[in-house]
Amino acid sequence: MKKIINDPATVVVDALHGMAAAHPDLLRVQTDPAVVVRADAAVHGKVAVISGGGSGHEPLHGGFVGMGMLDAACPGPVFTSPTPDQVQAAVTATDGGAGALLLVKNYTGDVLNFETAAELAAAEGTEVRTVLIDDDVAVKDSLYTAGRRGVGGTVLVEKIVGAAAQRGDDLDACEALARRVVAGVRSMGVALTACTVPHVGEPSFTLADDEMEIGIGIHGEPGRQRVPMEPADGIVRHLLDPILEDLPFVEGDRVLLFTNSMGGTPLVELYIAHGIAERLLAERGITVERRLVGPYITSLEMQGMSLTVLRLDDELVELWDAPVHTAALRWGV
Amino acid sequence: MGCSVEGVVAALRSAAEVVTAHRDELVELDRVIGDADHGENLKRGFTALVSKLDLSEPPATPSAALKLAATTLISTVGGAAGPLYGTALLRAATSVGDAAELDAAGVAAALRAALDGVVARGKAEPGDKTMVDALTPAVAAAEAAAASGSTVAEVLSAAADAADEGAASTVPLVARKGRASYLGERSANHLDPGSRSTALLLRSFAESAGGGDR
Ligand SMILES: Nc1ncnc2c1ncn2[C@@H]1O[C@H](COP(=O)(O)OP(=O)(O)OP(=O)(O)O)[C@@H](O)[C@H]1O
Ligand SMILES: [Mg+2]
Repeated sequence: MKKIINDPATVVVDALHGMAAAHPDLLRVQTDPAVVVRADAAVHGKVAVISGGGSGHEPLHGGFVGMGMLDAACPGPVFTSPTPDQVQAAVTATDGGAGALLLVKNYTGDVLNFETAAELAAAEGTEVRTVLIDDDVAVKDSLYTAGRRGVGGTVLVEKIVGAAAQRGDDLDACEALARRVVAGVRSMGVALTACTVPHVGEPSFTLADDEMEIGIGIHGEPGRQRVPMEPADGIVRHLLDPILEDLPFVEGDRVLLFTNSMGGTPLVELYIAHGIAERLLAERGITVERRLVGPYITSLEMQGMSLTVLRLDDELVELWDAPVHTAALRWGV
Repeated sequence: MGCSVEGVVAALRSAAEVVTAHRDELVELDRVIGDADHGENLKRGFTALVSKLDLSEPPATPSAALKLAATTLISTVGGAAGPLYGTALLRAATSVGDAAELDAAGVAAALRAALDGVVARGKAEPGDKTMVDALTPAVAAAEAAAASGSTVAEVLSAAADAADEGAASTVPLVARKGRASYLGERSANHLDPGSRSTALLLRSFAESAGGGDR
């Protein structure tokens, strides 16, 4: 394992200190328990939008803390959900009197820890709502699984709901909006290589040089099927076809297309993939009105990518375009 | 003889030793069908528990000791196991009430409450390939042993034996809960890490209870 770290046990805290040093104007970092909080929190009268999850997906979630997006993020250890006291600390630090909305990726660990936190926060008198994000079409949503995972769609939910809270929408409206975005977003990922969790020291799985894993999660967990490596055209089809079939997205739809790197895939390859996806969508009569391209929800140094497609309407476009000022996303300011 | 608060604290300390000794094994089990953190998560939590036991006032009752363990694990383990084991211990703490000593029936009742807590939180059923597959037979065995007049140590050791078998029974199963369920059929032929840690914890309690003259 070759990583720029001092000690596997202090990776998250060390990174948080660096993050605080890098963005003093945007955020504050608390370390016991670990929470990244918007610099001007608590914002009076505003719904607090809070998310969190295991570390190793940077810039998710801490990189999205700031004006127009998240009020706080709770970073767990690498690939492990945060604990309820982190979430409670986030609620306390951001409580502007309008309640808190917890945006939770649908993984058992995250769900159970946020659920426990919501119960504790409610007992302390803050109104807390939770919306689960489950956009990964690689996992069958059935009684026989823990349900779909939250992946790329998370970034879009956080941006859009963050904008709504910033413009003054109340807790009911923010919650309903979050559910609406979740209902209209679908994702799928692929891994070309595995990643190495610092405290494990070895790759999470092995892929031969001529193999790729379709339907990969963002924690190095194996995906849906292992297939021979293909050129970019084939890879993009493997991701896009199941996404479009699932919702389904149909001719005439207006969409946001998010082409995401898992961390190790460079932008030059990502743009190749993005161009192909735009062409395939155009062929189907689906209009790409907004796009996001880059490493926004990663899996450490994994090579690979994901595609996320969100169905848009005028309100969602307006909220997407609204000003945002965070470490990882910034426009309109 | 029953189990005093000192006995409960000793059992928690021995659990911490066992979890630390088996950290790599649990990580490896979780690497194959999960995300390689189960052993690390539990080690972090139990290490935090030991430092709390070292640094703070000793708990006054078995219930207080279990509650300290519950809140510490909830706030330090994370993952699925943190809230699940935390809830289990919290329910066990409530079940033993303000008793100064736990007898065999009290231990069996606490294990039953723990199982109910895990099921209430995680909604897993037997056969879903989770810690519930180890804990369910363990509770039944503990209750049977308590009903037939066994000591606390015997109750715990019956529970640990049944948990070992329950854990082994997860190998052929296809996971329907937790991270391993994403693998579908590919989760079969592997031991569930949470069922293994449950069996290890119960074994450590049994050995700790058998070690003294309880
Ligand atoms: N719903 C559930 N009910 C009971 N036990 C469960 C449930 N889901 C998972 N488990 C148990 O938890 C174990 C995994 O615990 P672990 O601490 O590794 O959590 P995790 O799923 O990796 O969490 P995270 O998703 O946050 O990383 C499994 O082996 C299984 O026994
Ligand atoms: Mg795990």
